[in-house]
Amino acid sequence: MKAPEQTSRLTNDYALDPRDLARLREKARFIRLETIRLIEIAKVGHYSSVFSAAEIFAALYYDVMSLKKGEPGWPSRDRFLMGKGHAAVGLFPILEEYGFISKETLDGYTRLGNPLGDHPDMRKVPGIDFSSGSIGHALSAGAGMAWGGRFAKEKFTTFVMTGDGEMQEGQVWEAALFAAAHKLSRLVAIVDRNGWQLDGRVDDVIGIEPLEEKWRSFGWETHVVDGHDLNALVPLLRRLKADETRERPACVIAQTIKGKGVDHMETEPGWHLGYLVPSDAERAIAEIMAREI
Amino acid sequence: MTAFLTKDTLAEGSWQYRALNAVNPGLDHFSEGLFALVEAGVPVIAGSADLQYSNGLNRFAERYPERYISFGISEQNMVTAAAGLATTGHVPFVATFASFLGLLCCEQIRMDVAYCAQPVRMVGHHTGISLGFYGTSHHATEDIATTRAIADLTVISPADGPQFAEAIKASKDWPEPIYFRIGRGREPDVYAKGTPFTIGKAIEHGIGEELTIIACGLPVHPSLEAAKILNAEGRSVGVIDMATIKPLDREAILKAAGRSKILMTAEEHNVLGGLGSAVAEVLCDEGCGIRLVRHGIHDEYSLIAPPTHLYAHYKLDTAGIVEVARTALAKIR
Repeated sequence: MKAPEQTSRLTNDYALDPRDLARLREKARFIRLETIRLIEIAKVGHYSSVFSAAEIFAALYYDVMSLKKGEPGWPSRDRFLMGKGHAAVGLFPILEEYGFISKETLDGYTRLGNPLGDHPDMRKVPGIDFSSGSIGHALSAGAGMAWGGRFAKEKFTTFVMTGDGEMQEGQVWEAALFAAAHKLSRLVAIVDRNGWQLDGRVDDVIGIEPLEEKWRSFGWETHVVDGHDLNALVPLLRRLKADETRERPACVIAQTIKGKGVDHMETEPGWHLGYLVPSDAERAIAEIMAREI
Repeated sequence: MTAFLTKDTLAEGSWQYRALNAVNPGLDHFSEGLFALVEAGVPVIAGSADLQYSNGLNRFAERYPERYISFGISEQNMVTAAAGLATTGHVPFVATFASFLGLLCCEQIRMDVAYCAQPVRMVGHHTGISLGFYGTSHHATEDIATTRAIADLTVISPADGPQFAEAIKASKDWPEPIYFRIGRGREPDVYAKGTPFTIGKAIEHGIGEELTIIACGLPVHPSLEAAKILNAEGRSVGVIDMATIKPLDREAILKAAGRSKILMTAEEHNVLGGLGSAVAEVLCDEGCGIRLVRHGIHDEYSLIAPPTHLYAHYKLDTAGIVEVARTALAKIR
C-alpha cells in the first residue's frame, strides 16, 4: 500500500530514540514469549492474534500511554480497550509488570477461579479498562469514555484496538459516526490489519477495503502504518496523543502480519486459534529469540 | 446537542409540536426526576436515540444541553457508549423504545452494562402494546423476560409518571445498573406526586381473602379499579404493585400466597418470562401449592389497533381485568 499523505506530514519531533527502540523490541519479544508460556497452561489460545499486535501493545504500554504503576484506577490514565478481546493473553503479562495483577494470578491463567481468561474482564482484572469478547462493541465504549473524559475536563486519550474482521460489525460504524459527529478528538482507533479471521482471509470472507477511505469518509483523521515498525508506529501514536489541534478522532490502520515472529504461523493459515505442542513451542521460542522485528 | 425544534418553528400538526405541548404529561416526570438528581449533585448525563420528543428528554436537553447526548438512530452504540461513559464517573440515563432496548440492545445491556457493572440507567418507554397501531416492531412484550435473565441488573416497571420520578430519585445510590420500563405517559396516575418509592419493595394495596392481583406497570391502575368493583360486589380482592421486577419482593408474594385462595398476575407482557413467570418461580420454590392465573399477552404478536382498543381486546383495561378476575374467582374450590 502506498504511503498515505497524512503520514508524510509527521515531523521528527516524536522520533524514537535508538535506546527506546531496543527496549520496546525487547518488550514486544517478551509479550510473544509470555503468550506462548501462558497458552501452554490453557493448551489452546490466540497466539497469532497477539503476535500481530505485539508491537502495538509494546508501543502503547511501554511508551505512549500515561499510566501509573500500581494504580490501575488512576483517573487521568490513558485508556486502552480491545475490540479483539481474544488477544488479552498478550496484555496480561504487561498488567503484571505494572503491578496491577500478581505473578501468582498471571501464572494461574485460565485455571478455575482465576480472573484471567481468554477475554478481558474489567470486573475481575485491575488494569482492564473495559471488558470485551463480543466483537464490535469496544469503539462505542471508547467513544463513551472519550466523551466522559472531555466533559470531566480530563486530558486522557482513549485507544481502542480493533481487529480487521471486526470492521464487519455494524456497531463499529455506528460508533465511528458518533465519535466524528461529537468531535471526540481524544479517541484513537487502531485497526490491527492482519488480514485474517477465523474463516479465512478477511478480504475473501467479507471484504473491507478501501478501509482508509471508509474511515476518512466517516470523518476521521486516518493514518496507515507498518504495525511492526516501531520507528513508524511510536512517533505516530505519540503525536496523536499529544496533538491538541485535532478536532476529530483518529484511526490508525496498522498493517500487520498475523503470527508475526514465528515463521510457520505467518505462512500457514489456520493459526487464529491453536496450540503449539512443547517441541513446536521450543522452536517458536528459539525463533522469537533469534529474530529482530 | 440542544433541542433545535421549537414551538415557533414546528408545524402544529407535527408530533414534536404535540410533544412540546405535553400530550404525554406522564413523560414530564422523566425529566423532572432527572432534574432532582442533578440538583442533588448526581453527575447525570442523559441520552436518546432520536426520540427525545417521544420520551420527554427534550425538556432535559433544554435545561442541561451540556448534559444531553444525541445519539441519532444507533441504539446499540448508545447503550455501549453509556457504559463507557459510566466508567468515567458519570451516571448515564439513556432512553429509547422498550422494544429496541430490551431486544435489539439485549447483548449490549448484558456485556457492556451489567457484566461490566456500570451504573447505567436504561429507560425503555412505550412498553408493552402502548404503541398500538405502530405494530409488532414497536410492541415490547418480551423485555421483562430478557432483562430479568441478565445477572446484576435491576428491573423496575413503574405504574405511572409520579412513581417513575420517585424511582429515578430512589436510584441515586443504587449500585446496580437499572432497566426501567415505562408506558407512553398517558396512563392515569395511581400515585400522588412525591409518594415515596423503595426499590425492591412491593406496594401492597391490600391482600384479598379470596384473590390478590399482582400487577406491574400500566395494568396496576385497572387492577385497582377492578378490585374496587369486585369488592363492592362483596368479593375480597386485593392488589399488589410489583413495581420492582428484580430484585423481586418474595416476601410480598408469600404473604399474599398465605392469605389469598388464588393469585393472579397482570402485566403488559408475554405471560412467558415476565412477572407471571417470576411470581410462579417463587411459588414453586417455596412449595406454596396455590393456583396462579397469569394474565397478559398469551404468547402471540399483538394486533394492530389504537392502544385503548388493544387494552380492551387483551383484557388489560378495567373491564377486562374484572372479567379475568371473575374467572379466577370461579376457580376457587
